[in-house]
Amino acid sequence: MKIMVAVKRVVDYAVKIRIKPDKSGVETQNVKMSMNPFCEIALEEALKIKESGLAKEVVAVTMGPSNCVDTLRTGLAMGADRGIHVEAARDLVPLSVAKVLKKLVEVENPGLLILGKQAIDDDCNQTGQMIAALLGWPQGTFASKVVLDKEKQVATVDREVDGGLETLCLDLPAVITTDLRLNQPRYATLPNIMKAKSKPIKKYTPEELNVEIKSDLEVVQVTEPPKRKAGVILSSVDELIDKLKNEAHVI
Amino acid sequence: MEKWRATSNLRRSLKSILNRQLSSVSEFRYLNEKRSCQSSFNLIRDCKSLGQVNAIQHRCFSSASTLVQRNPSFSTLNFDDISYFKGLLGEKSVIQDEDRLETVNTDWMHKYKGSSKLLLLPRSTEEVAQILRYCNSRCLAVVPQGGNTGLVGGSVPVFDEVIVNVSSMNNIISFDKVSGILVCEAGCILENLISFLDNQGFIMPLDLGAKGSCQIGGNVSTNAGGLRLVRYGSLHENVLGLEAVLANGDVLDMLGTLRKDNTGYDLKHLFIGSEGSLGIVTKVSILTPPKLSSVNIAFLACNDYSSCQVLSASKISFLGINYAKLMQNNSSAYHFLSSVHQKLLMEAKRKLGEILSAFEFLDTEAMNLVLHQFDGVRNPLPASMHNFYILIETTGSDESYNRYLFSAISANNIYIEFINHKNSCREKLEAFLLSSMEDGLISDGVLAQDINQASSFWRIREGVPEALMKAGAVYKYDLSLPVEKMYDLVDDMRIRLGDMAKVVGYGHLGDGNLHLNVSAPEYDDKILEQIEPYVYEWTSKHRGSISAEHGLGLMKANKIYYSKSAETVQTMASIKKLLDPNGILNPYKVLPHSLNS
Repeated sequence: MKIMVAVKRVVDYAVKIRIKPDKSGVETQNVKMSMNPFCEIALEEALKIKESGLAKEVVAVTMGPSNCVDTLRTGLAMGADRGIHVEAARDLVPLSVAKVLKKLVEVENPGLLILGKQAIDDDCNQTGQMIAALLGWPQGTFASKVVLDKEKQVATVDREVDGGLETLCLDLPAVITTDLRLNQPRYATLPNIMKAKSKPIKKYTPEELNVEIKSDLEVVQVTEPPKRKAGVILSSVDELIDKLKNEAHVI
Repeated sequence: MEKWRATSNLRRSLKSILNRQLSSVSEFRYLNEKRSCQSSFNLIRDCKSLGQVNAIQHRCFSSASTLVQRNPSFSTLNFDDISYFKGLLGEKSVIQDEDRLETVNTDWMHKYKGSSKLLLLPRSTEEVAQILRYCNSRCLAVVPQGGNTGLVGGSVPVFDEVIVNVSSMNNIISFDKVSGILVCEAGCILENLISFLDNQGFIMPLDLGAKGSCQIGGNVSTNAGGLRLVRYGSLHENVLGLEAVLANGDVLDMLGTLRKDNTGYDLKHLFIGSEGSLGIVTKVSILTPPKLSSVNIAFLACNDYSSCQVLSASKISFLGINYAKLMQNNSSAYHFLSSVHQKLLMEAKRKLGEILSAFEFLDTEAMNLVLHQFDGVRNPLPASMHNFYILIETTGSDESYNRYLFSAISANNIYIEFINHKNSCREKLEAFLLSSMEDGLISDGVLAQDINQASSFWRIREGVPEALMKAGAVYKYDLSLPVEKMYDLVDDMRIRLGDMAKVVGYGHLGDGNLHLNVSAPEYDDKILEQIEPYVYEWTSKHRGSISAEHGLGLMKANKIYYSKSAETVQTMASIKKLLDPNGILNPYKVLPHSLNS
């Protein structure tokens, strides 16, 4: 079986986000970019499945401008066998990504498609669900545990829901999106970084895949959340009661 | 709406979990400190009630302090003194509360404890000047204090010295974005300066594990080294000027912001590293380098005997002497290894030259301690334990920046020179690591793919001192040694101490700075006898320094002769006499006690 994993290049989780002065979006120039943490988890899961002998190949897919190849290389250094880069200059909305992925699934025929449940830049949490719908495949979203049964061709997925766990049984092929507690991604070791340099990356354009990239959404404005006011230290309980009554109006 | 909330909850949980992993050492350190402070208070209280235990502890903690006699020429505090200070600083800044005094009387390792009855919190240089003027006229001894994170007992009183803590002087005075020159007051916490500069696109030229608590005035007075020294040099290079108050209350305004200034003796250097014994540093101007966007961190392992087998013949001839030694005695793989370290360091300096910003090492004992003491820290190289771990950090301008430059220039048809620049810092580091691996200098390694991974590597290296503190009693030695000899001392100490204690070696390999730590369940004079003076003699024999970056403080004041000649020390004493005739500033420290009386 082949597993396809979608990985996205985003502003590094630890970087303090800055808004562009014209409020058109988030500043990405000269900012450290890394693989979306949920995508790392998705890739780790695929690699684990491969290592347990239940899959033969892991293919990492990314979309976006040419420097997205760096993210793909990270994926290859973690252990993916090969990469696919769909070069698209403009911003991609989840539906476009899902459409491109559908075409790639038709080319590659994977038995399992694993994605991060969401990207930490736009927080959409839509792509996995959309691609499942487009393909007509079953979906296990927010997976916190994945068990494959090769003979029965089913995946058992645990999802964390309010108040407990929900266990789903999916017929393969299926779409799984990963949650934080699924696993702890591995580091890229030097031997693997070396190997990654010779792993193939196939390039496509959306036109080659016959997908029209468009968006029905328009970003009006991106602004920072309002700054928190500094706290004050009060000297007496009476003062506190006064503040709660007259300023906060909570008692 | 429901969905949205769920997502945002999950997002928050991601952030908090990642945050927890990420949480910088300082935060962790803070918690740790808090915890250990509390426990020590209990300890100290218990001891008080038991009386005897207290005495025993004192003997174990610092053999030096038992030898020191209070200088009889110092006065003792009286009621008039207190009311003078209250009049000068206001009630709130004159502290006699026992609990608060307990904290400032004890160093953070709980190794040194004074019995000061008074803590002063001045808010300005003028207040510091008036305090000192008064203390000098009354012959009251004074201990200057910042974040109290020192490791040699330099920041706490020995007897009843008045504590002058500059924490309240924590304003940033100016920052010049063009030159990168920061002027600030002495009480600024290093981490606050780091985050202030980060917003401006600059970094502090020094970074150390205690950044969450230590203050810049103390850093300067100690001449703290830290993790970036290999790239940016010591504080003697980065401090452009400072303001200091002398014992008699005179204010020396040397707060220049000039790169070049050859007018007379450069007195500021006297205050850098003199541990508050010549004056109290009140303001500092520091040259800060711009923050470069491409920071890459590799965590490497150097393996033992097996690594020598993969070495090619040419490398063996390169390492000639050590290889011969190895042939004589197969078990001395460590000797061989330290040469591998050196080779790696040499190669790193040559190939990474302008981008190398840290070159740190820890041995397997240190690694085990960190893994054992902290939850959630994992070995980035899980396959097997290695004998040595090395952390290399490179800092350079970004790849995309280079590309940008390249395209901008090519528009003007002068692009040829820039072709070589298209190699990014990361590619450079990767190329270096891969060739080192092929040469067998490193046996395994990982390269951080994002900032989170980078922080987790730093956490291991910066976590070593905290892990040692958690493990029990620790004897710390901070030595400058020739790099090729550095690890021999650790081996010698292991043989010397046998099962009595655990010997841990880590430090700033790039600067030839070994942190030799001896960890035992509890302080024991028998262990101390085995360490001292052996370690000092060993260091002296190899022309090393018994204090690389921690200072001498109380711990090593009498040991100065191991690293400095009698004439040099005598000159130092003359300078001390000139600037502080009554000897009120940080007495019993830095210089040998025989000279002070």
